[in-house]
Parts: sequence; structure tokens; C-alpha cells
Amino acid sequence: MVSRIPVDTAAVRARHPHHFGGSDRRRRFTLAMGVAAAVLLLYGMAQLGFFDGKFIAGLGKLGEIAGLMVPPNPGDWAHVRIYLMSLIETVAIALLGTLTAAVLAVPLALLAAKNVTTARILHFLSRRSLDTIRSVDILIWALIWINVVGLGPFAGVLAIMTSDIGNFGKLFSEAIEAVDRKPREGIISTGGGAILGVRFGILPEVFPVLASQVLYFFESNTRSATIIGIVGAGGIGLHLAEAIRTLELQQASFIILMILIAVAAIDMVSNQLRFALIGRRARLA
Amino acid sequence: MASPVAQLPDAQLGPLLAAYDASVRARRWNTLLVAACIVVAVALSSVSAEVDLVKFFANLGNFTSYLGRLFYLDGGALVFTDPVEWYWGLARWLRLLAETLLMAYVGTALGAIGAFFLCFLAAANVSPRPWLRMLVRRFCELCRTVPELVFALMFVIAFGLGPMAGVLAVAIHSLGALGKLFAEVVENIDMKPVEGVTATGAHWTTAMRYGALPQTLSNFVSYTLLRFEVNVRGATVMGFVGAGGIGMDLVEAIRKFYYSDVSAILLLIVATVMVIDTLTGVVRHRLIGLEERR
Repeated sequence: MVSRIPVDTAAVRARHPHHFGGSDRRRRFTLAMGVAAAVLLLYGMAQLGFFDGKFIAGLGKLGEIAGLMVPPNPGDWAHVRIYLMSLIETVAIALLGTLTAAVLAVPLALLAAKNVTTARILHFLSRRSLDTIRSVDILIWALIWINVVGLGPFAGVLAIMTSDIGNFGKLFSEAIEAVDRKPREGIISTGGGAILGVRFGILPEVFPVLASQVLYFFESNTRSATIIGIVGAGGIGLHLAEAIRTLELQQASFIILMILIAVAAIDMVSNQLRFALIGRRARLA
Repeated sequence: MASPVAQLPDAQLGPLLAAYDASVRARRWNTLLVAACIVVAVALSSVSAEVDLVKFFANLGNFTSYLGRLFYLDGGALVFTDPVEWYWGLARWLRLLAETLLMAYVGTALGAIGAFFLCFLAAANVSPRPWLRMLVRRFCELCRTVPELVFALMFVIAFGLGPMAGVLAVAIHSLGALGKLFAEVVENIDMKPVEGVTATGAHWTTAMRYGALPQTLSNFVSYTLLRFEVNVRGATVMGFVGAGGIGMDLVEAIRKFYYSDVSAILLLIVATVMVIDTLTGVVRHRLIGLEERR
């Protein structure tokens, strides 16, 4: 039996006023922000048609679809073979795209790093162009590259490369800006030029960080590579989109399962490699 | 010139130099081995991904000329000379852009609300039941590993063409991503307030409300804002599979080679994304400032 201790709340409040009230202005501000966010959410849901019955009807249909997806079944072995080949293609796309992006991003990152590039205008311009590349989604890049090199996985590689140059450029330049400037100063003071300063004063320090970021992105790019097939840029996405559109839902769930397993495997391997590179305690910012 | 550095006698220096050389050599071999592995992997993947450098360099001119053509109107004039003609569909595009932003907002909000309720169950330090924790973790993993667009494809079948499918896809994906991040935030809290509240005999929900929540709220908001940035980008391509937003018009323009439309819409998207990034960046930095002042 829980017994309640009688508490004279009013007396406690009088004795410790600062534990009650709090800052009234801040509390009112937080409350106003919360209400505004909720109102905007309800307005948005109404605007997007959540409240006119379509949502409820769709839920029923969604349940039906989910029911049709189990058990995952590829149909026959010929399908399994095709899916496996395109899964390998997907991983290959991700690997090539990530690596080429990493190689191309290093010089750009040096340009965009404040401590290396002292010319303000150059630094500003390279930052902005990296931002521009980053704000265009990978699928848009895929469509543009398809127009250039045609349908197929190569367009996918180029799409991942382009969108990752933006990501890597930003992350790498931040890593470069965070290095200790003393090694570089030391090298320059012994008469080494700017290039030697970067090679021996900056690269040894940032290399493990960059490598771990590349490994991290390899995993997320495998995920991206599974969807660029939807617009025709190679990989397993093509088969997945086709299976969903033709309502071969058991095949679709089989492909999704394959993707999940592949991503989990790559995640494990890249995590092991990352820990080997930077030690278990260091975490990616 | 006499060197100021003291020189060791050769008898002492010899073994030291030999040891140094050996260690450097071992490291070099290591690097070489890793490089060789990468080269082999790249070669194998190039075969699988049908990389054709000849075709690439033959077509590279196409890429630059494609980018160039984006900035010419049908009549052959540069786009900047006739902005009215360039942005002929501005009203429609702005409406679609607003729809895209609304999709990102509603999706992020729904995902964040879901993640908020799940994260306390998924955090190792406060989760009421181990099996429940495993279940919630696996669920979040599933939600964030299946790409948004795949959810969108399925939702389009269930909910019909339109933004609702896109919103739900964004929401599910955000739920998975935020659920994991929120749970990590909860795992990093100071447990003493929770223990204090629990010691008074409070129920689990009360302990979470008064012990855990105050420590985590600003991080939750910060991660949600970050997710919103990502989702704005994601919502721009939902239209590719018919799930609403500006992607619909963009994909049509790219596929049908309406060059000036492509550049017009892309510039709108880039500008919007940059504005959103800047705004959320400001809010996030203020939040971090608040956190540090406490």
C-alpha cells in the first residue's frame, strides 16, 4: 500500500519560489512556438488531404498490400540470379561513386577550408558551389547524367559521385579547418612550400577522419544506389520499382529483404574498418 | 658549418636507423596492401557497373553542353535576357514548392512525434522491458533502411497519386532516423533526476516526463530541425514517383528536354534549400547556445 506523505504545497512554494514559476517569458515563448507548430501541422494535414477520408480508405488498402507482401517469394531461381547480379551492381555503383567523389573532393575541400585558402573570395565561391551541389538531390543528378551517358549503371556512378562531392567537400573542409595549425607552421618555417605544408602538415592528421567519413558514406550510398534504379540509372531499384508497379508484391518484399541484408552486412564491415582506423571511442561528428 | 645538433656515434646510430627503416618499411607495405585491395575492388566494380571511360570522355562534352543549354530559351536567347519568359510557370512552381515544403514539414513533424514516443522505449537506460526495446529498435531500423522512395512507391498504390503518399513516406523514414537519434540522446542523459523521481514512487511516465524529458528536449528539437533540412531535399524528388511536390514538374521537364524549365525549377529548389538550411542553422545554433548557458 502506497501511503501519501501530506505535503503543504503552498508552504513549499513560498519557501522555494525559484523552483516553481521559472522564467515566465521563456515558458510563454516555448508554449507559443509549440502551439504555432501544431497549428501549422494541422493546417498542412488538412491542405494535403488527410482529413477527407482518403487517409482512412488508404490505410485499409495499405493493410491489404502489406498482407500480399508476405511471405517474401522471388518466384523462381532465375529471378534470384538476376536480383543477385543487380545487387552486386548496386554495391559496385556505390563503391565507385564514393571513391571517385572522395578523390575529387580533397582538392575542393582544401579550396573551401579557411585555414588553407586565405583568399576570401576563393573560399567563399568554393563553399557556395559545394552548397549548390548538395542542395540538388541525387535522383536529379541521376536524371541529368542519364541525358549525358545514357541509361545504365554508369549514370548511377556519376550521380553518386556528383552528389557526394558536395557532401565530402563540406565534411572534409570542416575536418581540415579543425586541424592543429602548428605542424603546418613548422613545415613552412623550415622552408617547405604550401604543397609540402598540406602534404606533411595537414594530410597525416586528417586522413583517418576522412577515411572514416568515406566508409560511413559508402554504407549510406549503398542505400541511395538502390533507388537510383527507379529512374533508370542501374542497380536493383529498377527491378524493385517494376515489381511494385506490377503488384508482384512478394517479389518486391524479397528484393527489399535482400537490400536490408546487404546494407546490414556493409554497415558491419564498414563499422569494423572505421573502428580500426579511428579507434572505438572516437565518434563521427 | 658546425651543426648545433649533437651527433650520435655511428655505432649507436646504426641500429636506431635500421629499426626506424624497418618500421617505415612495414608501414609502407601495409599502405601498399590496402591500396592494392582498393584497386582490385575498383576494377571489379567497374566491370559490374559497366564503366566505359571511352564513352564517358566522348560524352563529357555533352554534359557541359547540356549544362549550357539549360540556360537558353527555346527562342535561342540567354535566359537572363527574358526572365518573364524563363519563369513563365512561376505561379504554378511556387505553389508546388509550397506543397513540397508543407510535405517536408508535416512528414518531419509526424515522424518526430512518433519518434518521441518510441525513443524512451528504445533507450537502453530507461526502457521498461528488454524485449520491447529490441522490438522498437528493429522497427526503427526497418523504417530508416528501406529508402523513402520505395515507401512512396507503395503508398502511391495505397493512397493514390498525390502528396499524401509522399508525406507518409517522409514521415516513416523520419520516424526511423529520429527514433534512433532520440534514443541515443536519452541514453546519454544524467540518470540521477530519473532515479530521484522514481524514488518518490512515481510511475514510469512521470519519471520520464520530469526526470528525462527536460534534459533531452533541446537536442530533440535540434535533430528534428536537421531532419527537416534533409526532408526538404527528399520531398523535392517525391514527385518522381507521383507522390506530390515540385518533383513532378521537374522530372517532366528533364525527360522532355524543356531546358530552360529545368534550370528555372532547379534554381528555385537550390534557393529554397539554402534559405531553409540557413534558417534552421540559425535556430539550431541558438538552441546550442541556450544549452551551454544552462
